[in-house]
Amino acid sequence: MSINPRSNPIDRTALSVAFTVGLYGAAFGAAGVTAGFSIIQTCLLSLLLFSGASQFAVVGIMGAGGAAISAIATATLLGFRNALYGLQMAPILKVKGIRRILSAQITIDESTAVATLQENDADRKRGFYITGIGVYVFWNLFTFLGALGASAIGDPSVWGLDAAVPAAFCGLVWPRLKNKTQFIVSAAAISWALILTPLTPAGVPIITTVLLSVIFGWKK
Amino acid sequence: MSQIWIAVIGASTTAFINKYVGHSVPEKWLDKPRFKRINTLVPIVLLSALVGVQTFAHKKELVVDQRLAGVGVALIALKFKAPFPVVVISAAITSAAIYNWF
Repeated sequence: MSINPRSNPIDRTALSVAFTVGLYGAAFGAAGVTAGFSIIQTCLLSLLLFSGASQFAVVGIMGAGGAAISAIATATLLGFRNALYGLQMAPILKVKGIRRILSAQITIDESTAVATLQENDADRKRGFYITGIGVYVFWNLFTFLGALGASAIGDPSVWGLDAAVPAAFCGLVWPRLKNKTQFIVSAAAISWALILTPLTPAGVPIITTVLLSVIFGWKK
Repeated sequence: MSQIWIAVIGASTTAFINKYVGHSVPEKWLDKPRFKRINTLVPIVLLSALVGVQTFAHKKELVVDQRLAGVGVALIALKFKAPFPVVVISAAITSAAIYNWF
C-alpha cells in the first residue's frame, strides 16, 4: 500500500487527523511529567495504553494524589468505547492472530471515525490503518518530545491546543450528523455529559451517553 | 511497586482488553437492525460528549473560556466545508489569541 496524500482524499484526511492529534501528544507528555510520572512511565502510557482521554485521566488522577485503582477504573471506563469501535471495525477488517492484536491496539476514536466516514469496505480499511498507525507514530513521538520539553510547553492553552482537541472531535462528529434525529442525539449527548460533569467521576459523563444511543436507536 | 507503576500497567492492560474484546465478539451480533442503528449512534454520542466535556469542563467545574471561542470558529469552518486541518488550526489560533492577549 502506498500512501498518497496529494491525490487520495482518504490519505489526506487520515494524515491530517494523525498529525494534529499526534501533536497533542506533546501536551500529554508534558502533563505526565508534570504529574510526577518519569519520562519512561509517560512514554509507556502512550505506547501501551494508547487512548488519549484515558491517558490524560490516569496522569490527572495520579497527579492529584488519587489511588491507582481509581485511575485504572476511570481509564477503563473511558476506554470502553474502544470495545464498541472494535465491534464496528471487526467485520470490516476481518483479521486474526497477531494482526488482530495490532489492529485492536490502534482501535481508537480517530481511526474508527475516519474509517466509518468512507463509502466502502476497502476505503474504510485504508482510512482505519493509515489513521491508526499515523496517530500511533505521531502520538508517541510527540509524547516523548513533550515529556522532554515539559517546562517549555507546560501550558497547552498558550498554543491553543486546549481548543484544538474539541475542534478535532467536532470535525469528526460533524460529517456523521446527516439528519435531524442525529443532531438531536448529538445535542442530547452534549447536554447529558455537561450535566453529569460536576456530579460524577471523570469518564462517567462520556461513557453513559451510550444509554442515549440505545434509547434513540431502539425504535426506528 | 509504586502506585504510578500500578496505574501505568493496570490501565494499559484493561485498555487493551477493551480493544481486543471488541474485535473478538461474534460477527452475527451485528446482523440485527436494532444493533446497527444503536451502533451508528454510538460514535455520535461519545464524540459529542467529548466535544462538550473538552470545551467546557475544567476538572469537575463547567467554565466558559477561550476554548469555546475556538470551537465556535471550528463549527463555522465546518459549516463552510473547510478541510480538517483548517478547522483545527483556526480553532487553535483563536483560542491561543484570546488566552494570550485578553
